[in-house]
Amino acid sequence: MAVLLSGGVLVSFAKTKNSCLDCHSNLPEPLGVSAEIYSQNVHAQKGLNCTDCHGGDAESDDPEKAMSRSLGWKGKIERRQIPELCASCHADAERMKKYNPGLRVDQFQQYKTSVHGIKWARGDSKVAVCTDCHGVHDLRSPSDPRSTVHPANIATTCSHCHADAEYMKTYGIKTNQFANYQQSVHREAMAVRGDLSAPTCTTCHGNHGATPPGVANVTNVCSNCHLFQAQLFGKSPHKDAFATMGLLGCVTCHSNHAIKHPTDDMIGTSRNAVCIQCHSDGDAGFKQAQKMNEDLVTLANAIEASDRLLGQAERQGMEVSRAKLQEAGARDALLKARVTVHAFNERELKEDTDAGVAVTQQTYTAGEKALHEWKFRRVGLGLSLVMIVVTLVGLRLYIRNLEDQENKQI
Amino acid sequence: MFPASGISDAGPRSDSTNTARRRFVNILLGTGLTASAASFVYPILRYLIPPKVPDLGRDAVLAAHIAEMEPNTAKTFRFGSRPGLLVRTASGEYRGMSATCTHLGCTVQYRSDLREIWCACHNGMYDLNGRNISGPPPRPLEVFEVQVRDNDIFVRRKPEA
Amino acid sequence: MGRLVTGVRAWIDERFDLAGIKALAQKKRVPVHRYSYWYFLGGMTLFLFGLQVLTGALLLLYYRPGADEAFESVQFIMTQVQFGWLVRSVHSWSANLLIFMAFAHLFSVLFLKAYRKPRELTWVSGILLLFLMLGFGFSGYLLPWNTLSYFATKVGTEIPAQIPIVGRPILLFLRGGEEVTGSTLTRFYGLHVAIFPALATLLIGLHLALIQWFGMSVPPSVEARWRARPQEKKGVRFFPNFVLRELMAWYVALGLLGALAALFPWSLGVKADPFAAAPAGIKPEWYFLFMFQTLKLIPAKALGMDGEMLGILAFGVIGFAALLLPFLEREKPFNSQRWILALACLFLGYMAVMTVYGWATR
Repeated sequence: MAVLLSGGVLVSFAKTKNSCLDCHSNLPEPLGVSAEIYSQNVHAQKGLNCTDCHGGDAESDDPEKAMSRSLGWKGKIERRQIPELCASCHADAERMKKYNPGLRVDQFQQYKTSVHGIKWARGDSKVAVCTDCHGVHDLRSPSDPRSTVHPANIATTCSHCHADAEYMKTYGIKTNQFANYQQSVHREAMAVRGDLSAPTCTTCHGNHGATPPGVANVTNVCSNCHLFQAQLFGKSPHKDAFATMGLLGCVTCHSNHAIKHPTDDMIGTSRNAVCIQCHSDGDAGFKQAQKMNEDLVTLANAIEASDRLLGQAERQGMEVSRAKLQEAGARDALLKARVTVHAFNERELKEDTDAGVAVTQQTYTAGEKALHEWKFRRVGLGLSLVMIVVTLVGLRLYIRNLEDQENKQI
Repeated sequence: MFPASGISDAGPRSDSTNTARRRFVNILLGTGLTASAASFVYPILRYLIPPKVPDLGRDAVLAAHIAEMEPNTAKTFRFGSRPGLLVRTASGEYRGMSATCTHLGCTVQYRSDLREIWCACHNGMYDLNGRNISGPPPRPLEVFEVQVRDNDIFVRRKPEA
Repeated sequence: MGRLVTGVRAWIDERFDLAGIKALAQKKRVPVHRYSYWYFLGGMTLFLFGLQVLTGALLLLYYRPGADEAFESVQFIMTQVQFGWLVRSVHSWSANLLIFMAFAHLFSVLFLKAYRKPRELTWVSGILLLFLMLGFGFSGYLLPWNTLSYFATKVGTEIPAQIPIVGRPILLFLRGGEEVTGSTLTRFYGLHVAIFPALATLLIGLHLALIQWFGMSVPPSVEARWRARPQEKKGVRFFPNFVLRELMAWYVALGLLGALAALFPWSLGVKADPFAAAPAGIKPEWYFLFMFQTLKLIPAKALGMDGEMLGILAFGVIGFAALLLPFLEREKPFNSQRWILALACLFLGYMAVMTVYGWATR
């Protein structure tokens, strides 16, 4: 069945005759290319075949003719030749227009500016070329979830070299980026929450023009999504201070790859705080950090207390959906405060946390009212039950009296 | 519980204790009946008085008054169980939509400088029709119907088709 | 105070023969025997129905029918209206209590054979009233428009659709369309607050008139004993003796309902979202559980026909048989009385077991 299907698919995608695939689909690795893989190849789906890259003659079943060097057959393409081979189509705007007018045609140009491209130009054959990332015979469109360059898979693709300590020995750069990235909140957003807009390697480093962002540039990259935080940082005293000390914005506190979920105790003077890396007891910054942590913690605790109370009221059967909605406002205030932190100005921060605390005061009061009402209902019930019992006793005695009278009269 | 045939269950009693007993029972019963009846009637009477809440039901929520909405400004208001955003465009029209960002749930705001709706969390942008135009938000904001009555601006869900 | 009462009495008597009515009322007697306690059930059912009418009327002052307002208006009643929680919770609890009482009343009448000649029509009107109460329960359940009610209604209205020929028209009639929508809500609302109450008024009126006409039935064993020994015949006056005792029972019911409303308030739930998936383990209220569970357990094909169809048919036949029960009693060709008794016992046991089973499983 699979053979029939792949055969049928093969027929519908390729030019009618493909003698290359006829043989090579039955060969073992490394010469083998299964018909199924070939059918998923985006080039094959667009009507190209083996000869468009490898040359040769796909019509002929005679290996001498099909794979004749004199007739243009290139055989296995050398790694060094790959970028120029791909660019022979992909940098040709006229040609690409026929297949996908929206596709960019500057990938090769970009590549030549990248670290990979620069080293390639100097003769390095270990660096990544087109097929290392995109695949070759199994090359799929990036929007296909199985593609090696689909957003969810990019980090894994880069890690094939960049996490390989042996391979990277000659370059003198670290190989812990992928491991670090795995712990990050960005990876969690992509892999766990399925948010494809979350950053992966290429988001910050670029894809074809891959380069690490420089000291001044890292903030630019983060600020593409985290604009608000970057703007606040830019107005804060830390901007110039960091520049003077040659420290990277954003990365110094949050790390570049192992970006863990930030917690409120990152700000402050406790063991886990990042502030104490520079600030020490007695300086103005230390005091500010302490106060900022207090503000955040106060609000977070207020929200938790209110939430607990409302939860208790709810479990006791009281309807508190209104107050719970209001709480969302307090949570929004905390979220805003955690952004405002980046201005490193305690006065500004306190404005935001105070607004949130005001809301929690209202919701907490609502919770107290709900519990009070709960008690009121029970007291009310108790009283009315007492009255009912009194009535029942009264009725019983009344009936007995009545019937005593009746019996006497008999 | 029902009387035995013809025989009274207690022995003969003197008339005076009988009358005293009867009166006691009558008072007891009367008190019980009155008090319990009161405990039924009181809640009913309180129930009949309407509560002093501004939005009775959620057919249309009073979002703002005309006086407080300058052109090119917006107001966040409560809509059912979530926040809503009421925008008065520079040309004077009113737009109402959900204020919950479709990316990760932050509350969006109106940017009078950009004349667009913006989410501070990850720089998501929506146009004045709620359509997500840039940044991470995957879906547009839910758009509501705005009705102006006298000096009041009401927002309600688009009616079911 | 006493003079005012006497004055009012005299005023009425001059116009309406109060004394005559009073004399008639004094004559009404309730037989006293070992089964007399069962007589309370009918009055209790009536009382609970009256309570439903009262609490229902109060709810009507704030409830808004319509898919976009119903849930919010019930939320409003539960949270903003003073003692709204009490009125609504009593209404919901009392509904369940009412249906339970109706069934208890039915079975007590059945086992005490009060349906026998000449009281056949009382029985028929009673069965119709039971169906009506179930209709009240089913229609009322949708009105809060929360997830449970939406899906319970969806599943519940799908069942009669299985009936050939008439099934689909019935579904369209019940739902007011193909799916459960705001139109269904409007329809159920109309049924629940107007059409069913009108029918109930007629049927209850008939039921009570018939009871008044025929007087209270006495079980055959007691009847036989009293025929042999007339001196053992006992009874009490309805007014005030029996009524006072009934009042005691009603007060107990009120206390119970108040306690239930305060200690176990009826939940509000989450507003219905027709596009959300049905919650796992959705099942109807307990009084429909025995039928629901039966339909779940019947194999896909049984006795040569579609399983669910067979179940519906079986319940239909049982319902019909119940309606015509008094007419099924006969001496020839065989004494059906024992059969009726045995089947009734069996069905009661079956209902009880299936209800518990349905409630216990997911």
